[in-house]
Amino acid sequence: MSSGNAARKIDPRRIRPKHATISGMELDECYRAGDGAGVVGEPGQYPFTRGVYPSMYRGKTWTMRQFAGFGSAADTNARFKYLLAQGVDGLSTAFDMPTLMGYDADHARAEGEVGREGVAVSTVDDMSVLFDGIRLDEVTTSMTVNCSASVLLAMYLVIGERQGCSWKKLGGTIQNDMFKEFIAQKEWICPPQPSLRIVTDMIEFCTREVPRWHPVSISGYHIREAGSTAAQELAFTLADGIGYAQAAVERGLDPDEFGPRLSFFFNVHNDFLEEIAKIRAARRMWARIMRERFGAKTDRACLMRTHAQTSGVSLTAQQPTNNVVRVTVQALAAVLAGVQSLHTNSLDETLALPSQEAVTVALRTQQILAEESGIVNTVDPLGGSYAIEALTDRMESEAQAYIARIDALGGIVRAIELGYPQAEIADAAYAFQQATDGGEYVTVGLNGYTMEEDHKLEILKIDRAIEGEQRARVSAFKATRDRQQVAKLIEGVRSAAVEDRNLMPAVVDAVRGSVTVGEISDVYRQVFGVYQDPATV
Amino acid sequence: MSEKVLRILVAKPGLDGHDRGAKIIARALRDAGFEVIYTGLHQTPEMIAETAVQEDVDCVGLSILSGAHMTLFPRVVDLLRQKGAGDVPVFGGGIVPDEDIGELKNLGVKEIFTPGASTKQIVDWIRQHIQPRA
Repeated sequence: MSSGNAARKIDPRRIRPKHATISGMELDECYRAGDGAGVVGEPGQYPFTRGVYPSMYRGKTWTMRQFAGFGSAADTNARFKYLLAQGVDGLSTAFDMPTLMGYDADHARAEGEVGREGVAVSTVDDMSVLFDGIRLDEVTTSMTVNCSASVLLAMYLVIGERQGCSWKKLGGTIQNDMFKEFIAQKEWICPPQPSLRIVTDMIEFCTREVPRWHPVSISGYHIREAGSTAAQELAFTLADGIGYAQAAVERGLDPDEFGPRLSFFFNVHNDFLEEIAKIRAARRMWARIMRERFGAKTDRACLMRTHAQTSGVSLTAQQPTNNVVRVTVQALAAVLAGVQSLHTNSLDETLALPSQEAVTVALRTQQILAEESGIVNTVDPLGGSYAIEALTDRMESEAQAYIARIDALGGIVRAIELGYPQAEIADAAYAFQQATDGGEYVTVGLNGYTMEEDHKLEILKIDRAIEGEQRARVSAFKATRDRQQVAKLIEGVRSAAVEDRNLMPAVVDAVRGSVTVGEISDVYRQVFGVYQDPATV
Repeated sequence: MSEKVLRILVAKPGLDGHDRGAKIIARALRDAGFEVIYTGLHQTPEMIAETAVQEDVDCVGLSILSGAHMTLFPRVVDLLRQKGAGDVPVFGGGIVPDEDIGELKNLGVKEIFTPGASTKQIVDWIRQHIQPRA
């Protein structure tokens, strides 16, 4: 708890000049030959500025992966099946706050939160209902969960076993990016060091046991949503990636083995050219980081595969139909930047979790881009554009300066402990709010082109009865277990934690034996301690 | 300048970590000349009510984006009453559907700000509606 000092003064250079991007990066009136990099390179070739594969969307369209989760596991299972029937290529799971923070639905801290911001999963039985009727070796699944990720991954593996699927055939991604939690999304259990240890355990475990799984999705998305600029998003994401790769190397893992298992996740905000430049710069920078810092020999280990999501914070509650247009522009930028998978936000997301009608429009937006717009027919159509290449270079040099600063501080863990990225983001968020409140940045429908009567959308309502039902299910599940066996399995997790053995085998055993998300997270709380928000403004 | 400066508690109840709004509001209120105390994340209603009483604040602003507002906002109001601080106004902000706003106001939450509210609107509202506690 801090009563805080006076708020930091905002650097006036952060205030957006007239012909600047949304991040405040001023553009030239016109770009010409010689403004950008001399060498544009080839798609599918190091350093992959133009894309990770030679044929890009000619070979395979990006994966349309809509993030979904609300209410009970059965509610979300029905939404998953609806989305699959409508043509999504991959599942993506949103968990509720108690699950994300490592509390079971019957915990006091879960009160009021169960099933409200995602699906409630406390037990392996909940997980089983969530994926009921969906063959896990026929879909790939992304799970957005971080501090309790080890438990949710274990549950997925156990459900796979129950379906008779080999772990070797399970494909997907678990977000598991704890650095960006401390920096931006702020769901955590233990402090940065033990959090990194758990992430590294999962990288090690998956590299050996679940070879098609991406054990971490290094995420700029939340950094941007928390208010960073595009260059900060790029820089802090890559700095986080450096932190994980460094830890994996220190664990004795080979960059050529774990490199291809790292995946990324970027935001795609409103500023079209800046966003395309950001993702192109990200690929080039990461390739060089893996080769030059970590000595990866194969190109596969240097290749940045990325998911992208359109920007939630860019949407407005006012005149919400306009959000469809924002999402379209952002999705177009993502595709022109060459992402591997994409979530398009629904027009109602500033009001509630998406309704079925809204999520259908969001998915159709991607399908229209893929089927009707023609942009999939040639690889990296913007490659060689004077402006795009020059901006790609600019993004790279701005991000490189931040990475150098983080290196000078002693790396990302130290930078987080010092609150450096957090303060940079808070400053940028405040500057943007001031630019909005002052009218220097116009958002249509919000501080320009406003209307008296807003169109009212039918929003998704979460039945308040769900919480009581889920609490009862979890209590009943716990009551039927063999207590001694459960205690023994919890002890197994504890001893792996204390003795510094890889946690995953013990966590998988525990989940198989009906230990819950909250019970395993309690072990982490007891052994590693609980991180406290520094509460700086 | 004999007027007492308002003391405002900005608090994040519940489990969600979305603190962009709370931090912006805290900073904007400071820039507007108020004294601001920010609780940080993941606070229980009990922790918030306790801090409000200990810090002797003139009002409490709650921010939530997890959908738990119907449980956690009225709980803070109730706990303040139980602690003899029922006169401390509570206002809130976040993703709160229109239909919940009326019910929250009936339960004692004085105002709710929803996405798109400017910092100026919130500062102006505080200047109009909040007085220093006697």
